[in-house]
Amino acid sequence: MVNIKYFLKGFVSIKGADSPAIALFASFVAIGALFKTIGLNIHESIFSTFLTYALPGSLIMAESLIVGASLLNIFLAVWLVNARLYPMTVSLFPLLEHKSQPRLKYYLACHFIAVSAWLIMKENYKSVQRKYRLDFWIGVGVANLSVAVSATAFGFFIADYLNKDMMIGLAIVNPVYFSCVMVGAMKTIEMSLAVILGSVLGVLFYFVSPEWCILFSGFTAGTLAFFIGELNVN
Amino acid sequence: MSINIVLAILATSLATYISRFLGVTTSKKVKENSKIFRWFNCLAYSTLSALLARIIIFPAGVLAEVDYFIRFIVVFICIILFLISKKNFVYPTVLSALLLALLN
Repeated sequence: MVNIKYFLKGFVSIKGADSPAIALFASFVAIGALFKTIGLNIHESIFSTFLTYALPGSLIMAESLIVGASLLNIFLAVWLVNARLYPMTVSLFPLLEHKSQPRLKYYLACHFIAVSAWLIMKENYKSVQRKYRLDFWIGVGVANLSVAVSATAFGFFIADYLNKDMMIGLAIVNPVYFSCVMVGAMKTIEMSLAVILGSVLGVLFYFVSPEWCILFSGFTAGTLAFFIGELNVN
Repeated sequence: MSINIVLAILATSLATYISRFLGVTTSKKVKENSKIFRWFNCLAYSTLSALLARIIIFPAGVLAEVDYFIRFIVVFICIILFLISKKNFVYPTVLSALLLALLN
């Protein structure tokens, strides 16, 4: 099962000074309020955040419900915008591998992959013994998911008291927080190029294909950054 | 509303979980010190940056109602504040909401 000591260590790491908790809370309050506005009930709202737990995907679902898109359309649009979770998983889970941990646990624990928990783990994995990293990660994940779910419920209940300006204020917090995180991650040439090229191409490719631009630009920018980084090392 | 909300939620969750699931499958074969791992690290950061740039420049939802120049200025000022405050995350996040309310 889960080692409680490391689980709790992971759980409390959300209190750190650079924690994403504020940004996470603000953005899910906005999602909760949006869910109420478009006609979901409280159970559906909580159910949605609990099961999906990835903000851009939930936003797409909400917009699709408004325009009445088909299920297949929702599925494809969400898959495209959330496909970033694939490279995020592959750049995190090898750090958590240990033969003593059951395989199934990894498949359950991957549900917690979202940028907030991912960042905490990237910053802290070295301080945790390899054998217990997965337990630590589950603690981080449960803490973040709890914040997201309670924020969604809170947003749902206060929706009537939020005016448009407040919604806009809540919506900007998350992009600003993560812009700072990305700037903070620019410690090597490789990372700086990945971040800068990713943002520039992300905008340029939007004119070619709004649906595919994140994947195309992420792949192109990341690959370019990697090879230039390699050249630089050699 | 033309489709069932619960089905939409399930479709969204499934579409999201697929990438996580495939990620775990691939992770089994990727070694921590390998070049592939470093490549995926670059991919993760560049894809996140691309998504962020898209959210800031071409947002969905309420942010779309703010002039793009204002959004850009707010993000820019907050990043500068982040850098001069020795990488403090709290100041820029709190300031962002206030600044946007002020400028909008």
